[in-house]
Amino acid sequence: MASAISPDNPIYRRRRVVNAILLFVSGLTLLFGLFWLTWILVTLFYEGFNALAPSLFTQNTPPPGSNGGLLNAIAGSLMMAVTGTLIGTPVGILAGTYLAEYGRRGWLAPATRFINDILLSAPSIVIGLFVYSVYVSQVNHFSGWGGALALSLIVIPVVVRTTDDMLKLVPDSLREAAVALGAPSWKMVVFISYRAAKAGIITGILLAVARISGETAPLLFTALNNQFWSLNMNAPMANLPVVIFQFAMSPYEDWHRLAWGGAILITLSVLALNIIARALFRR
Amino acid sequence: MSEKTQIENPKLKVQDLNFYYGKYHAIKGVSMDIPGNKVTAFIGPSGCGKSTLLRTFNRLYELYPGQRAEGEIRLDGSNILAKDQDITLLRAKVGMVFQKPTPFPMSIYDNISFGVKLYENLSRGEMDERVEWALSKAALWKEVKDKLNQSGSSLSGGQQQRLCIARGIAIKPEVLLLDEPCSALDPISTSRIEELVDELKADYTVVIVTHNMQQAARVSDFTAYMYLGELIEFGATDNIFIKPTRKETEDYITGRFG
Amino acid sequence: MMPPMDAVMTEAGFQERSQTGNNKQPTPPARLPWMDAFFKNLTRFFAFIVFSILAAILISLIYHSQLTLSKFGFGFLFVDEWDPVKEEFGALVPIYGTLVSSAIAMIIGIPVSFGIALFLTELSPNWLKRPLGTAIEMLAAIPSIIYGMWGLFVFAPLFSQYVQPLLIKTFGPLPIFGPLFKGPAMGIGMLTAGIILAVMVIPFITAVMRDVFELVPAMFKESAYGLGATTWEVVWSVVLPYTKIGVVGGIMLGLGRALGETMAVTFVIGNSHRLSASLLAPGNSIASSLANEFTEAVGELHSSALIELGLILFLITTIVLALSKLLLLRLAMNEGKQS
Repeated sequence: MASAISPDNPIYRRRRVVNAILLFVSGLTLLFGLFWLTWILVTLFYEGFNALAPSLFTQNTPPPGSNGGLLNAIAGSLMMAVTGTLIGTPVGILAGTYLAEYGRRGWLAPATRFINDILLSAPSIVIGLFVYSVYVSQVNHFSGWGGALALSLIVIPVVVRTTDDMLKLVPDSLREAAVALGAPSWKMVVFISYRAAKAGIITGILLAVARISGETAPLLFTALNNQFWSLNMNAPMANLPVVIFQFAMSPYEDWHRLAWGGAILITLSVLALNIIARALFRR
Repeated sequence: MSEKTQIENPKLKVQDLNFYYGKYHAIKGVSMDIPGNKVTAFIGPSGCGKSTLLRTFNRLYELYPGQRAEGEIRLDGSNILAKDQDITLLRAKVGMVFQKPTPFPMSIYDNISFGVKLYENLSRGEMDERVEWALSKAALWKEVKDKLNQSGSSLSGGQQQRLCIARGIAIKPEVLLLDEPCSALDPISTSRIEELVDELKADYTVVIVTHNMQQAARVSDFTAYMYLGELIEFGATDNIFIKPTRKETEDYITGRFG
Repeated sequence: MMPPMDAVMTEAGFQERSQTGNNKQPTPPARLPWMDAFFKNLTRFFAFIVFSILAAILISLIYHSQLTLSKFGFGFLFVDEWDPVKEEFGALVPIYGTLVSSAIAMIIGIPVSFGIALFLTELSPNWLKRPLGTAIEMLAAIPSIIYGMWGLFVFAPLFSQYVQPLLIKTFGPLPIFGPLFKGPAMGIGMLTAGIILAVMVIPFITAVMRDVFELVPAMFKESAYGLGATTWEVVWSVVLPYTKIGVVGGIMLGLGRALGETMAVTFVIGNSHRLSASLLAPGNSIASSLANEFTEAVGELHSSALIELGLILFLITTIVLALSKLLLLRLAMNEGKQS
């Protein structure tokens, strides 16, 4: 009986080797992931910091062969991101409120939750195509509004999801306590649930802003681009991602450098937003 | 500590065992000899360390960082807490059954053969025999022989628990640890498992943790009463239940505890 | 779309009336009884808007691709010609490119994600779990245009110089795999796009795998360890079968991401409307065709063909993502039953 279970058992020896090898490979896969992250960030920071200069923030995008900056693109990106967030956030919060607070019965909440999760990962280029066909092609010109609209459609699912999740974390006893005091349900939601879930909801908004800061595809067909300084939301609008795309795909060395400058700006702001969101959520 | 119960040739010899969950001292200087081919029961109120003690016998606690044991536990004379002890082999020698049934997500047959394959290279016929043997030992064969390919989780709770016992004995361990094996079962399933435990001691050394004193009295030959991490009294079950030497044991057994 | 909308509105109206009807007795003015119904219906209205977005996208894409839908029918899917001048359009090349680049991403991404999830759940010391997990999540935070730019300027040149010649030399002469690795080492192409996509989907698949691995009750793992199984055996024989629905859900999520990814692919896939057996040759994906051509589309038929491409992409990804979601929901339901 003692025969099978012994260190000399050949099956056991083979199993031990297999285990060691596969766990080692598991460690390698992790290194594989970290390797790409490091490689991408290191080149990005190297090229990006070389491209960083005050002129980036003071001059507009240049024609090929001359000096310039990214001022108009930065301004356009900011305007559209802010507008997109302002449109998308209330829609997302209110819809998320319905899912978590009122949607315990009926078909609408589970169905919306399901569709929202699909929208969360839907290809953003299709969102751009959608806004192009329902808005841009109707007004017949590319515009900042179109871009903001497309971005808001990316903000919405993120905010819906986090609002729903965070409100569901608020304990029912808190709601019951408010209702027991005689508070009407809307006051209970606004003054109790929202307040309890505030940090989580803000985290969701920050993550949504991070997400749209780097989005390129939905802007291609909506805001397009604009070589010049313009704050007119009703006209084609410059923005960092599309400028990076056009400049990086061009054959010009100066444009490549500006593209790297834009890339580092975008990445830094996305990473900063992520870090703030995480820090906020952890508290 | 009461005078030590003398046991000849103990299967497991625990000496000055201390156990820590991080800083929390969960087992305090326990020494005891667990006899071979007998059923030993650990009883005591929840949190007294009886399950913790059981989990040191196969070093299952090592799955979790921060948990550590100090002292000695000798299985047939060799210290299983020693650094050079192969834990995987130890766990094959010391089988365990848990509070709730844990059928693996595979067929009934594969639940049994899974453990066997870890150490033995059996032909299909030999494996069939082994599966039948283990299921018969666990008094489950008659109920499942026609549905060996069904998922283990399709069985009832009591059947699942007997499947887990069969899985444990299929690899022919030397010691079988039962951690409150009936706590999730109905009375009928419980009595079947108790009968089974009684039969198993012919081949194995059985250690059972239970919160049910009647169960300990029914199935065990030796009983250890633990309280707050200390071993209060250890001896033949008849002695412990009829004339305990310690006041605390008597209080607990007669229900005057607390 | 009208009937459900109607239903919602009438139900809402009914509730509003009953609400006010019940409050006949004098109420303090601060309570604003109509506010309850108003607020609830406001949130319901916006939930309904979110609910309708998917259908709205679908309808608008079908509407705007009518021209090609009626002209080419199902044949659109199987024709490899794409000639805006002759106005001949077929979606075979971009569909093929989308599927192949995503398949490469999955072949690399699935085992790597599994390995990372295994490391993070079973092997990593506790104090390293969070920093390592965060680092892998960071891969998802990097904007896709950065992946694309980096792929074009940094990865592709090195890949064509060092790796591709090696692939051509080792696999090129092989009988079956040979044709996949033929041709000049250009750096950009299907394989490059697939590799970069793999890196992009790893954080998504890993996150789901980690989550579902942690759902396995400790007692199940302890039982397997208690039999004398090794860590690998516990994960492979107990954890993975126990969580397989969720794991497949995570893979589908990653696949959905890969299929729809635009910018990273556009930079490195080569944008060539030619069908080629070699993975090293440039190709095209649906998303990259759109990104490259849509704003410069000449004529309504070209636009319509591109929008139909978008429709195909949207249908594929929606189905894949819906499947992913259904699988994860099923796992959650099983989980609820057990505990």
